[in-house]
Amino acid sequence: MTEVLLEVENLKKYFNVGKQSLKAVDNVSFSVRKGETLGLVGESGSGKSTLGRTIVGLNEATDGKMVFEGKDVRTFSNKEKRKYNRIVQMIFQDPHASLNPRMKVGDIIAEGMDAHKLASGKERMDRIYSLLERVGLQGEHAKRYPHEFSGGQRQRIGIARALAVEPKFIVADEPISALDVSIQAQVINLMEDLQRDMGLTFLFIAHDLGMVKHISDRIGVMYLGSFMELADSDDLFSEPLHPYTQALLSAIPAPTVSREKRERIILKGDPPSPISPPSGCRFRTRCPHAMDVCAAKVPEWKEIRPKHWAACHLY
Amino acid sequence: MAQLLEVEQLKVSFRSHGGEVQAVRGVSFDIGHGEVLAVVGESGCGKSVTAQAIMKLLPKRGCNIKEGSIHFEGKDLLKMSGKEMKQLKGSQISMVFQDPMTSLNPTMKIGTQISEGIIKHKGLDKTQAKAKALELLKLAGIPNPESRYNQYPHELSGGMRQRVLIAIALACDPKLLIADEPTTALDVTIQAQILDLMKDLQHKFGTSIMLITHDLGVVAEMAQKVIVMYAGIVVESGTVADILERPKHPYTIGLLNSLPNYEDGEKERLIPIEGTPPDLYDPPTGCPFAARCEYAMEICVEELPKAFTVNDGHYSRCWLNDPRAPQVAEFAAAGRDES
Ligand SMILES: Nc1ncnc2c1ncn2[C@@H]1O[C@H](COP(=O)(O)OP(=O)(O)OP(=O)(O)O)[C@@H](O)[C@H]1O
Ligand SMILES: Nc1ncnc2c1ncn2[C@@H]1O[C@H](COP(=O)(O)OP(=O)(O)OP(=O)(O)O)[C@@H](O)[C@H]1O
Ligand code: SF4
Ligand code: SF4
Ligand SMILES: [Mg+2]
Ligand SMILES: [Mg+2]
Repeated sequence: MTEVLLEVENLKKYFNVGKQSLKAVDNVSFSVRKGETLGLVGESGSGKSTLGRTIVGLNEATDGKMVFEGKDVRTFSNKEKRKYNRIVQMIFQDPHASLNPRMKVGDIIAEGMDAHKLASGKERMDRIYSLLERVGLQGEHAKRYPHEFSGGQRQRIGIARALAVEPKFIVADEPISALDVSIQAQVINLMEDLQRDMGLTFLFIAHDLGMVKHISDRIGVMYLGSFMELADSDDLFSEPLHPYTQALLSAIPAPTVSREKRERIILKGDPPSPISPPSGCRFRTRCPHAMDVCAAKVPEWKEIRPKHWAACHLY
Repeated sequence: MAQLLEVEQLKVSFRSHGGEVQAVRGVSFDIGHGEVLAVVGESGCGKSVTAQAIMKLLPKRGCNIKEGSIHFEGKDLLKMSGKEMKQLKGSQISMVFQDPMTSLNPTMKIGTQISEGIIKHKGLDKTQAKAKALELLKLAGIPNPESRYNQYPHELSGGMRQRVLIAIALACDPKLLIADEPTTALDVTIQAQILDLMKDLQHKFGTSIMLITHDLGVVAEMAQKVIVMYAGIVVESGTVADILERPKHPYTIGLLNSLPNYEDGEKERLIPIEGTPPDLYDPPTGCPFAARCEYAMEICVEELPKAFTVNDGHYSRCWLNDPRAPQVAEFAAAGRDES
């Protein structure tokens, strides 16, 4: 569990918007351990998808370093690059836009398999069928087109496609947010089984904090392109240190009508623009505890308690 | 008083080369003035198709509304001409879609997409429309609306795109807002803002909302009434307390049981509902949940249960509610709070 699979150091991904640059991911450092599930939560637009896409190579990093299995990704040979593209897979947030509407589901699932020449003929078909069943669909669905499926069914097709190339590391960007609750639990159990059976490592991006807590060993919290907090998932929930994490956890709606509702920390104001983030602490314009120093100095990213990291001047 | 929206015995099917998909198989419900109705249920059970039928957005080819009526303020939408319907959509009913990327035009600046509708339906000129669009973007919680106005959909995060769609839907001050998974792509703090925004609309303008969601927390927060759908039919309906605390259908009970428990620290394996929903190409004649139901009896496979009245306003389509059915202890206790 402690062996590091991926080390991310001072990673930056900026986009050009007109003449300005939008800091979608700004100086992020963390590591992903072999076989763990690292959950990633945070404000919408905080850069979670961009971070995931940069890790799998769909975005080119603006700056910073990624070390995969001990080797700097930038120094990969072509062969290593191809291997990286196979063993690091992404499941997307938007199951509709990520499935080619003109391809049959079976061929969508086999796309990566074909590109990496992993199976052909009958073996290929057998694998498509077993993958479909593994994700809770039926073999005969292989012959249909994506538009014939509901949002939730399409998401499972995306998972089957990622699994088809025998990956080691999966960046799952909201893999269950379009699924109904009973199937969510199946998919989460499926991901946990796959992890156990195949030693998979997950970066799990989601908004459903209950599910993130359930599946993750550790959880990172992002706000406006940066990490605010990173801790074991139980610690993060029982003792959130960062004011943003505290607000986030308090906003989870509970599926109950009678039990007393928790006190909500409502964040004032708008999330600032990632084109010109606030000076000092990025969260200060909305933080109920903001002090003078928060505008003047960027809070240091430090280990405040054992294995519990945060960036905040309160600590 | 008559309800704002009354859907009765709606049946929708699609023709496809594999056969006929019976997506919606006799759905009835109503929404009162200023009321929030939540629609929950299995993925693929026909929630979006039901919403699309109300909006008359179903594809013309291959799709068939076989039966039923949809009355809005007493008028049957299914009998309306395209022109009348267009008028209604611009001024009374609007919808926020599940899939923000596909319902925005990728080649058009978001500002233009919003002001276009305003110019068309409100008869404002370009400058006025822009001002109104900026106001709506701000209302929907978009920071820096001025600079976002000139951006394209792909330059926005998923959450921001969803808020753009909400801004578009609000442009006509609708009486009925149909929101299909409006917060699925959002983080909880923004979700809280959007839910507050919708509650505001409900309270200030008496807007009725049909809210399709998977999140039972959102249901608890927003809805007065709930319908639970499964395989194209409504299996249970009632007040939000009926459904979340006194569910009387095994599917609803299974849904509640499959939620992770984030209150305590112990990690238990989740309890999903095993199996998959039936194929709607050939839906079962009996209870559609029978293949996955731990209480299934012989009659369940043979005959579709009617909607049994649990108490006033609370209905369950399950044979266990028949007085002659065996009494199941878990069933009687389901959803009851331990505290
Ligand atoms: N191709 C792009 N060009 C310009 N800006 C972009 C691009 N992709 C993302 N962004 C911007 O980068 C920021 C981060 O976006 P990202 O999609 O990573 O957020 P997110 O955390 O995944 O949000 P959500 O939870 O809503 O999915 C946003 O401000 C977004 O507008
Ligand atoms: N254009 C279409 N052609 C053929 N079948 C369709 C079409 N649109 C929907 N269906 C089918 O109708 C059924 C109901 O789909 P619908 O999109 O309403 O599900 P849903 O309840 O909204 O599910 P989700 O929660 O996954 O969004 C599904 O089985 C789907 O495959
Ligand atoms: S550094 Fe200051 S503004 Fe930032 S979270 Fe901590 S207290 Fe709030
Ligand atoms: S009718 Fe029968 S199969 Fe259907 S939910 Fe009730 S007990 Fe289960
Ligand atoms: Mg995202
Ligand atoms: Mg839907």
